[in-house]
Order: sequence, then C-alpha cells, then structure tokens
Amino acid sequence: MDAIKQNRDREYQKYVYDKMPKTNMLKNCIFAFLIGGTICTIGQIVLNIGENYYNLDQKSGATFTTIIMIFLGALLTGLGVYDDIGKIGGAGSIVPITGFSNSIVSPAMEFKREGYVLGVGAKMFTVAGPVLVYGIGTSVVIGFIYYFFIK
Amino acid sequence: MEYIRAFVVGGLICVVGQVLIDKTNLSPARILVIFVTSGVILGALGIYEPLVRFAGAGATIPLPGFGNTLAKGVMEAVKEEGVLGIFTGGVRAAAGGITAAVFFGYIIALVFDPKTKR
Repeated sequence: MDAIKQNRDREYQKYVYDKMPKTNMLKNCIFAFLIGGTICTIGQIVLNIGENYYNLDQKSGATFTTIIMIFLGALLTGLGVYDDIGKIGGAGSIVPITGFSNSIVSPAMEFKREGYVLGVGAKMFTVAGPVLVYGIGTSVVIGFIYYFFIK
Repeated sequence: MEYIRAFVVGGLICVVGQVLIDKTNLSPARILVIFVTSGVILGALGIYEPLVRFAGAGATIPLPGFGNTLAKGVMEAVKEEGVLGIFTGGVRAAAGGITAAVFFGYIIALVFDPKTKR
C-alpha cells in the first residue's frame, strides 16, 4: 500500500512541477522586445502623421504622439485587450507610455465600487502617483543643480 | 528605416525592463519609477537626446522618454526665466501627457468595467 501511495506522491510532485510556471528569461525578453518594439513603431506612425499632416514641429509632435498613445493604452485597457497583451509582452507592455496609462485605468476601474472620489479618483494614481512624484521630484533637483552650478 | 530604428530601440529599452523584472523581482510600479527617474537623469546629462534623434518614437514612447521631457523642460525654463523655471519647466513640458493620462484615464474608467477574470 505504502509503495503505491509513494508512487502516487511522486507522480503528483511531477505533475505540480510540470504545471508550475517557469520563468524563461530569454523567451520573456524576446516577447518584451517584440511587443515593446511594436508599440513604439505604432508611436512612430502616429508621430509621422502628426508631422506630415498636421505640420507639427518636433516638440509638438512628441506631445501629440504621447497623447494619442496614452488614449490608445487607456482604451485598450478598458476593452480588456491590454491585459492580454501584457500577459504575452511583460515589460514590453509596461515600459511604453501605454503601460503608464494602463496603470491608471486598471485600478480606477477595479475600485469604482468604492466611489468616484476615493475609488476612481484616488486609485487611478496608485502607480501613476509614484511615477509623477519621482519624475517631477528628480526634475526639480536637476533644476536646482542646473540653476546653481551650470547655467 | 525610421520604423526599424523605432522598433529596435523601443524593443531594447523594454528588454532592459524585462531583465530587471526577471532578475530582481521588482514590481511593475517600481520598474516605472526607476525608468522615469533614469530618464530624467539621462536627459539632464544629455545622453538621452541623441537617442531620441536616432530612434524617434522608439525613445520617446518608453517611459524614460517621459523623464527626458521633464529634464529638458526644466533646463530650458531655468535658462529662460531663472529660478522660477525650476518649478514650472518640468510639468509644463510634460503637461500634455499628464493631462491626457488623467483625463482619458478617468473617462475610460467611468465608461468601462473590469472584465471578469478568465
């Protein structure tokens, strides 16, 4: 009886091991490269449309592209498509600006039942908040250094 | 050619993020914070701008590009208006992105509901 049980245990261990998600870094990196690259290429298409059809200069073109990409990221998150892209793309879906907008919409939708002020209004900054704090904070430090030492 | 450069550079920046996630178990939120902050620093050192000229959206769409915009904005503003620019330059340059993220993020979250997990 014990032998059978042991055998079954071993089989179960093997089953668990097979089902366990393996972190395959090379595969993850390839998918991150492909998805991230694709998102940036779409951005480049948007940028070219802005520069060629709306005659935007370099600075306005970059802002135009950012706004459109943020909108697309938010929309795809709302439709539930971005999460599927994220499952494949990993960092390829997190690092582009579309991932930033995904990080805003996702918790905002999730916490809607907690109300429109402390639910949607507050939770949309769960990730975006820290990004703005550290981004803007660092830029102010740079501003001080630039003002006092370089200018 | 432009599109290939955007694809390759944008893809590679994402690979850096993927390696960080796999090697260090950093959460996506930390990755985003690290990338924006590095973008600000690289932008201030003048390292990121050549990459933007080379790869276009391949460098501006990843989050370090957002950091670069902040850094560039703050330095230009300090040059033009002095000490006040320290506080106005960064957000002014990034205003379009920040406002779009707040506005569209809110609207989309109102209109859509989270999908049930499959």
